[in-house]
Formats: sequence, C-alpha cells, structure tokens
Amino acid sequence: MLEIKDINKSFGLLKVLKDVSLKVNKGDVVSIIGPSGSGKTTLLRCINFLERADSGTLIFDGEQFDLNKISKKDILRLRKKTGFVFQDYNLFRNKTALQNVMEGLVTARKIPKKEAEQIARENLAKVGLSDKADAYPHQMSGGQQQRVAIARALATKPEIIYFDEPTSALDPELIGEVLAVMKTLADEGYTMLVVTHEMGFAKNVSSKVVFMENGVILEEGEAKQIFENPRNERTKQFIGIGVEHEKQI
Amino acid sequence: MISQRLANILADSFTKILIPGLTMTIPLTIISFSFALIIAVIVALIQFAKIPVLKDVARFYIWIIRGTPILVQLYLIFYGLPSLGIILNPFPAAVIVFSINEGAYAAETMRSALESIPKGQIEAGYCTGLSYMQIMRRIVLPQAFRTAFPPLSNSLIALVKETSLAANITVVEMFMATQRIVARTYEPLALYCEVGLIYLFFSTVLTKLQAAGEKRLNKAGY
Repeated sequence: MLEIKDINKSFGLLKVLKDVSLKVNKGDVVSIIGPSGSGKTTLLRCINFLERADSGTLIFDGEQFDLNKISKKDILRLRKKTGFVFQDYNLFRNKTALQNVMEGLVTARKIPKKEAEQIARENLAKVGLSDKADAYPHQMSGGQQQRVAIARALATKPEIIYFDEPTSALDPELIGEVLAVMKTLADEGYTMLVVTHEMGFAKNVSSKVVFMENGVILEEGEAKQIFENPRNERTKQFIGIGVEHEKQI
Repeated sequence: MISQRLANILADSFTKILIPGLTMTIPLTIISFSFALIIAVIVALIQFAKIPVLKDVARFYIWIIRGTPILVQLYLIFYGLPSLGIILNPFPAAVIVFSINEGAYAAETMRSALESIPKGQIEAGYCTGLSYMQIMRRIVLPQAFRTAFPPLSNSLIALVKETSLAANITVVEMFMATQRIVARTYEPLALYCEVGLIYLFFSTVLTKLQAAGEKRLNKAGY
C-alpha cells in the first residue's frame, strides 16, 4: 500500500538519505532501526512531507507522487489517510485529551461533533485513558500524553500510522504502557511504520525490520531473520550491541 | 485646611473632568486598542508566516513607528497632513495615531507569543489533516493570545494614560478638560492631582480586570 523509491534528502552538504527505497504492505508492522543520525526520522518526515525530499517517488494506494514536486492539495489529501505519532507527543496544549482526539475529525474531516465525540471516546478507551478525557496535556504524564497522541492518530482511521521514536522521550517506567498499546494495534492488523530504538518491540512485534545507517538501508527482512541471523556485518554489530546492553541490565 | 473655595472648585470640576473621561478618554482608548489589536494580529501573522515582501513591509512599519515619538506622530497627522490637503477632525486623527502606534508595539508582543508556541504542535496539526489556517485559528492563536494577554493588558493600561497626549491636538479629553479648568481657577496643584486620581482609578479598574482575566485563563487549564 505504501512504496517509496529512491528518496534523497540533504541538509546543506550533508546527505541524510541516499536513494532509500522501502515497501510497506497492508497489515505490515515495519520497524526502522539504526544508530542515531542514520536518517530514520528524516525518512519518516519526508514520507509525511514534514520535510521536503530532494527527490523520490511515493506510491500510496496505487497513486504515484513526486516527493519533491507534490502539490499542497495532494499533501493535505494524503495526510488525511495517515496518522503520525511524534517523539514528544505534540498534543495541542489548549485542548483536552478528548478535544485533541476530536480535532482531526471535526475540523479536518467535518464529522458532526456528536459522532466525533463518540469516536474520540472509543479511541481514548482503546488506549486506556477514558478517565482522562477532560484532562489537559499538562495534567498528564508523558506516557499518558503519548497514548492520547496515539488515540488522536487512530481516530481518523488512517490506512497507515507512522511512529517517530514514540518512546524515546519517556521515563523507562512509562515506556511499557505505550509499547503495550502499540502491540495491541499491531495485533489488530493496523499498518504501522515505526522508527524505534526499542529492540524488544522491533524483534517481537514487528513483521519486518529495516536497518539503516548513514542514510542507506543496509539490510531489511523478517524480524526473526534480522535478529537471529543478520547477514550484514553492521547489522550484526548493532544488534549485538543491543543484546549486550540488555544483558548488562 | 482646604478652603471652601477650593473644595467647591474640586467638587464642581469632578464631573467636568470625569465626563470627558467617559466620553473621550475611554472611547479613544477602547477604539484605538481594538484597531491596534487587529493590526497587531495581522502584522504578527505576516511575519510568523514569513510572507515575502509583506514581512518586510511589516518590519518597516514597526521600525518607523517604534523609532519616532508618538507626539511627533500626532502632530504629523493632525498639523502636518493638512498641507497635503488631508484635514482630519481631532478625534479620528487621535484614533488613527494611537491605533497605528499601539499596533506596532502589540504586533511585537503577538509575534513573540506566536513564536513561543512549540513548532511540534503545528506539525501535529498538519499530520492530523488540518490546513495552515485551521492550525493558526484553532491551535496557535488561542495559545498565543493566552501568552500575550498579560503584556497586552499592560499596553492597554499604558494607553489609557497615553491618550492624554491627544490634548495636544485639541481633543477635549480628561487632561485637556482639566487644563481648561486650571486656566480659569488657577488651582493647578489640586486639579492635576484630581485628574491624576481619576486616571489612577481607571488604571486600577483595568488592573483588576486583568487579574480576573488571567485567573479565568488559568482555569482554562493551559
């Protein structure tokens, strides 16, 4: 359902993405892993046009777009089919949890308020936060805010949800609650593209894992294969470090 | 201590000062401040959205207005423009000058308030499917107003007192009314104290309103 071909992006002289291609099928949970600065987040941001790629093609539901030349109208249209969860949640601070979830329904999609509220409440229930519906972001913990952000992304019934390091800004003890919600979504068949440093999630929840370094995809494959039998030396090393790290803990 | 004559003058003049206060000073303040807010929001948004050319016009406007005394601006509009055939009545002239002047300062307040909103919320707005205008109207501006409320209240209080400068262009507001009574009665000390106290009263009311407004905004939770 989503395919990107030969995406390139530079910040000044620094080439952040070099001819990156990636395919996500319906129902896939794809984790992008790799060291910091490898271009994972930039890739995700380019796919949702938060950064304008220098070149590349995006195929979404069979429709083809030039990532550099795509019109504002198409961007708006595509964004209505996708959801995005940020590292630092980015909830609307002037709105309650419920209003955060309703905003995309009422304002962007013109769904009647009553109906939108019902959808919003269902999605808050899904992330286990029915009791926080009237809380403002500053009244919630990071984990709760991130779950509201997930509910906000879910509410619009996106065809794919992008997650940009959704647990990286969280206290260790709050990471679990967010990962649990994400696992539920994966089990329910949501299509997800996840940039993550959570090796456990990548290994156990995702169907496919992509390893990136220095703006290129070094290896991709089934999660099991990548973690148990990596072919690329760097992947081996990177995952090895992760495993070592877990052992030390 | 206070002679009967002085007491009479003060009592007589009280309504004679207060009425221009209610019919001139306050309307001048409210009308000018309303226009100033409109100017401020537009000028701030132009800069925030980095609209080419217009943003340079905005910077130029702020530069000129903040860089010249308001008294000069008043004289220029009221006494200067007639040379070009543009003759304005005192009150509208004062409204124009105070609106434009206050607008420049308020625009900077608004701009800094807009810039204080974390950019991530704008990106989140886009990702939720909102358009730029929707994000501005529903997410960014409400928060910016919240941030700008205390400094804008401050400007409003300053403006009440600043309107006394309109006396220079023959607007018969509180200060001018007082000057006229002083000219008749030769009691500057008592009368200027009296008008000062009335200004103080106006400012105090506004300060109380500001406190109430801030309390309400805080209750809103963000």
